[in-house]
Amino acid sequence: MKLHVLYFARLRERFGVAEEALDFTGVTAADLVAHLQTRGGVWAEELAAGRAFRVAINQEIVTLDAVLPDSAEVAVFPPVTGG
Amino acid sequence: MKILVQAEDFDLGAEVDAMSRGRSDIGAIASFVGLARDMNEGSGVEAMTLEHYPGMTEKALAALVDEANARWALLDVTVIHRVGRLLPGDPIVLVVVASRHRGEAFAACEFIMDFLKTRAPFWKKEETPQGERWVDARSSDDAAAARWEKPGFRSGPTS
Repeated sequence: MKLHVLYFARLRERFGVAEEALDFTGVTAADLVAHLQTRGGVWAEELAAGRAFRVAINQEIVTLDAVLPDSAEVAVFPPVTGG
Repeated sequence: MKILVQAEDFDLGAEVDAMSRGRSDIGAIASFVGLARDMNEGSGVEAMTLEHYPGMTEKALAALVDEANARWALLDVTVIHRVGRLLPGDPIVLVVVASRHRGEAFAACEFIMDFLKTRAPFWKKEETPQGERWVDARSSDDAAAARWEKPGFRSGPTS
């Protein structure tokens, strides 16, 4: 499936990318995170088990077992700190 | 309901006036203004920059207000959150809630702020004498939001 993936705040800076188009064969948000971890370096470090980050699918925060629809907008970001 | 994400400052008095003008059913308006502080985590803060997720931010704030409307009998809600670079003392966020009685307005105002802190996609980056740093989420914010999950917590007085 094709995904549009966005990164925000500290993760955008560490990954050095704000958004990208991905051709992806997995099913869930966890599969996408595992795929991104295989890039190694800061990707493996920031998305390691136990690290705090959030995933949103089509602008709603989801748990990692959420299924990715085709053409989804997926965002990966640190826990929020507004207000 | 009015939800704005903007770089510009806001005017609490003008927002309260706009909410109450021309109607006489409102008995209570509660408001909250969050300000940028000059100190955090033990070091001075010279400025901060607020980043957000355009599109999702407005949806997340609207969802919070919808949830508050489902919990309490509210007459109107305004939420304004600023983005961009702010200096110590600058207003960051405004929540104004109108209801017939004060209990609903107080409770809903606090509820919206507690969930905004954990669900709305904003991130703060601080400029300190030691350099720039992203603010880490605080577990006390999660705890503040979690207490609303308990049924019946602080539904508030009705008069």
